[in-house]
Amino acid sequence: MSTTVLEGKNIVRDYHIGGGLFTGPRTVHAVKGVSFTVDKGKTLAIVGESGCGKSTLARIITLIDPATSGELFIDGNKVDIAKGGLTREMRRKVQIVFQNPYGSLNPRQKIGDVLGEPLLINTDRSAAERRDLAMQMLKKVGLGHEHYNRYPHMFSGGQRQRIAIARALMLNPSLLVLDEPVSALDLSVQAQVLNLLADLQDEFQLTYVFISHDLSVVRYIADDVMVMYFGEAVEYGSRDEVFADPKHSYTRTLFAATPRADVASIKARLAKKKAA
Amino acid sequence: MSLLEIKNLTVSFDTAAGPFMAVQGIDLSVEPREVLAIVGESGSGKSVSMLAVMGLLPNTATVKADRMAFDGVDLLKLSPSERRKIVGKDISMIFQEPIASLNPCFTVGFQIEEVLRFHMGMDRAQRRARAIELMKLVGIADPEERLSSFPHQMSGGQCQRVMIAIAIACNPKLLIADEPTTALDVTIQKQILDLLVSLQAKYGMGLIMITHNMGVVAETADRVIVQYKGRKMEEADVLSLFESPKSNYTRALLSALPENAVGDRLPTVSDMLFEPAPSAAGASA
Repeated sequence: MSTTVLEGKNIVRDYHIGGGLFTGPRTVHAVKGVSFTVDKGKTLAIVGESGCGKSTLARIITLIDPATSGELFIDGNKVDIAKGGLTREMRRKVQIVFQNPYGSLNPRQKIGDVLGEPLLINTDRSAAERRDLAMQMLKKVGLGHEHYNRYPHMFSGGQRQRIAIARALMLNPSLLVLDEPVSALDLSVQAQVLNLLADLQDEFQLTYVFISHDLSVVRYIADDVMVMYFGEAVEYGSRDEVFADPKHSYTRTLFAATPRADVASIKARLAKKKAA
Repeated sequence: MSLLEIKNLTVSFDTAAGPFMAVQGIDLSVEPREVLAIVGESGSGKSVSMLAVMGLLPNTATVKADRMAFDGVDLLKLSPSERRKIVGKDISMIFQEPIASLNPCFTVGFQIEEVLRFHMGMDRAQRRARAIELMKLVGIADPEERLSSFPHQMSGGQCQRVMIAIAIACNPKLLIADEPTTALDVTIQKQILDLLVSLQAKYGMGLIMITHNMGVVAETADRVIVQYKGRKMEEADVLSLFESPKSNYTRALLSALPENAVGDRLPTVSDMLFEPAPSAAGASA
């Protein structure tokens, strides 16, 4: 039996840009009516190029920004942060991992404090309990106890992204939004982080919204895929459907632009070059 | 004769903890009209070895090589002013961050014409004509208008096109592209790669492509050098590298590609890298 963790109905987000001395005010339609559902333990990947509204959508799902219109349901409850505040319970349920692991950790905060802070703010646990939970989480993401008292600059990019994932998991969220979590990482480190995400999803039955522009990563991790283009969802379906039979011309352009690293396409390219 | 020939290049940086060896004994050669890709993770020394060729490393770096010759000229013996006549003219480089590597205070037209003035000694009218021609060549619409744009008024892809225009302004014999598409979207990446390869073929340049993206290698290169921690792991033509990689590291790198995933887990490099760095054979340090 599957339960729906996240549902969005016709979500719209407009940004109003106030006019300057010489320009009138205008409105940017960043997200134009996007609908989606994600079941427990599944991964929805959102694909698109910069400026297509995928990060805006991520901010709406993470309850950072309110949607201009449309309905957002998390675990079946309607959430609208434009009206009234959020309960601690709601905040706990959704967590985000940002793209740049160098920018998303406070350089003056020790890793132990990074991990303990969500508990300090959102729960009534004692310092000793927070410490124990942080230690356990470090182990889960493949780091050790010795890392508890270190600062972010002492870690590599891949390790920092593990810390960012650990911080997001401290409150046992049901939904994790991953905003390009591996695009700043090297190929081999990217593989480690993707494996970690897959393991954690199995262990905690996590639901992921995975934002990326790298189709090969999406194909590996996603269950469902949504392709966005200028604020609209031009394609939405299961991974196999989208990859086997892309309907929209933009999706096909995107597939054609992705470099292929298999022997057959190299042979084709070299043959073409020789002929030219 | 090779266009660029490097034998036993070593680059070390002086740090508080003693010298740090970024590049340890790299041999490399590029033929005219060849596309060479240098692949490696961050910290593998791929950019540092090319910056050493360009002479752009800071004072804390010590560059040593048995031979570093470009088009028959020994770069190590040149005076700095002689070297500056080659760099930017016969060898030029495109950097990773297009927006950060253009000067925000000057128009792109000025920045293209600057190279032409310094290296080619053209007068104002000639420079402007050539700049317009270059902008057309790299596929920027309305070149006359765009010459007076500032970098912040252009998108990342357009800025990278301007960088390419500056790099090919003096018809270089060798173009070094340091991760030219890393900061760009896949659709723009495709356009930039196609542009670089077509310009390379049209003008018969040698092209060195520094990247960590195996897809980019597969789409552009003739020959590939794989680097890891400052050492050369493997050198092969592109087809045999992908068909039958010889070193464990290359094999690990290829199997870490998400599209090559078998089953649920991706093999990671540490799973497969049994082979220790060839410290005994490679380095004389």
